[in-house]
Amino acid sequence: MTIQLSNLTLAYDRHPAVHHLTATIAQGEWLAIVGPNGAGKSTLLNAMAGFTQTHEGRIEGLCASQVAYLPQQTLLDKSFPMTVFELVSTGLWHKLGLCKSLTMQQSRQCADALAAVGLDGFEKRMLSTLSGGQLQRSLFARVLVQDQPVILLDEPFNAIDAKTLADLTQVIKQWHQAKRTIIMVTHDLDYVHEYCPQALLLARECIGHGPTKVVLTQENLTRARRLCESFDDHAQWCTKRAA
Amino acid sequence: MHSGVQNVPLDINFALFISPFSEYMFMQRALIGSFAVCLGAVPVGVFMTLRRMSLTGDAMAHAILPGAAVAYLISGLSLIGLTLGGLVAGIVVAALAGWVARSTHIKEDTSLAAFYLISLALGVVILSLKHSNVDLFHVLFGNILALDNAALYLLAGICSISLFILAILYRALVIDCVDPQFLRRYGPASGVAHYGFLFLMVINLVAGFHALGTLMAIGMMILPAAAARFWMKTLDGMLLVAVLISLAGCVTGLLISFYVDLPAGPAIVLSVGVFYIASIFFGAHGGFLSKVFANQHLTG
Repeated sequence: MTIQLSNLTLAYDRHPAVHHLTATIAQGEWLAIVGPNGAGKSTLLNAMAGFTQTHEGRIEGLCASQVAYLPQQTLLDKSFPMTVFELVSTGLWHKLGLCKSLTMQQSRQCADALAAVGLDGFEKRMLSTLSGGQLQRSLFARVLVQDQPVILLDEPFNAIDAKTLADLTQVIKQWHQAKRTIIMVTHDLDYVHEYCPQALLLARECIGHGPTKVVLTQENLTRARRLCESFDDHAQWCTKRAA
Repeated sequence: MHSGVQNVPLDINFALFISPFSEYMFMQRALIGSFAVCLGAVPVGVFMTLRRMSLTGDAMAHAILPGAAVAYLISGLSLIGLTLGGLVAGIVVAALAGWVARSTHIKEDTSLAAFYLISLALGVVILSLKHSNVDLFHVLFGNILALDNAALYLLAGICSISLFILAILYRALVIDCVDPQFLRRYGPASGVAHYGFLFLMVINLVAGFHALGTLMAIGMMILPAAAARFWMKTLDGMLLVAVLISLAGCVTGLLISFYVDLPAGPAIVLSVGVFYIASIFFGAHGGFLSKVFANQHLTG
């Protein structure tokens, strides 16, 4: 399933956060969306996840229900009285809906997902007792349980230690080998250089999209920084229309 | 002889606690009615506290008042009239506030505050236009000691509907609390959970105002839930303890009202309030005393 972004504009109060972006993301691609703060990375990911409406242009080849999305931890309410197992089992919503009970097989699936991210034995732990790394592992386990062809990861390695990063990178590699499409937003350029074959450099508009080494050049990064800083409160109306 | 001496105080205690309910029909009705309100409203209250919607509930209680007041002007103390008036006002305010919050940059608490204030002002204006000096004591403080069969059926019906809808929405509500974005990708599930929950709040507030009055009803939803957080860590446990606290509050409040001649609604809410304050001090999880005496720590 190829994802096609066609002349995509996403805006807040008519100011574009992503401006006339056109890109094709092939099935099975591992793509890092990078760029300075305010470049529109998370906005783009939110639009792909179906949270943000497009102002102009289209996103094709992406059905919201076939996407597994890993949110930033700050969006979760860790104080809610919920166990790790219950959090992971919410990944089965698309199969269970409101009323169906977990089958034995689905329970095993959740337990296996926890084991795969190194959280064996954490099933009954409350979310409020987890460290940042443990919560991130739990969220990865939920993505495993969701079992979708497209996986969106929003800042998956923020504030986690090297061991957790290495373990979760192994999980992502397995998804990549299974030909799932992985799109991740990150600030960690070293990580992108080391692991992500493809990169999309964003500064509200597309600075570069393609193989990571070709895109993340010093020249492109400097240009991205400069463009991102040129936010204008008194900007003229954009006259570039969709094709 | 010996056992007989021991039994005397027990009999007196038994009589003190039981005889008001066994001998007086109005106390039996009050107990059944208040239990029905608790069983329906308290689980909703637990979710309200977990979703940080306690003040939203307070706003909704105020939003219901003018609907009930207008219905009172039109149909007097008609049970159906007051129920429909409160229900319509509550649902309209909740729906408008939710719609504005989801469609604009205004946050839900601001949106709800705006609409309930408009609703409240509109109610007062309508009352003043009619130049009516109606006695809204019933609406403000309920009528728990004068519940007739129709009112009991209504409270039991609302309780049943509320528990049924809550059971259906339970999973969606839990997910929506922990990760509000998660369900938004699965069609209408998030919206159904959100508006369904607002509907649950409204019907339970309407049930509450028949028994305890609009201003007291919210207390019965929030106080047991807030107290339960000091005793239980799991959601199931919190739901159970909150319901038990509310039931104990009903019995205590009705007995105090019976013996001391206090208004029953406020006496019930005050009783639950005492449970809440006691929980702040003695609660096993986060209570003051548990912190004071927590001078030992575990090994891992």
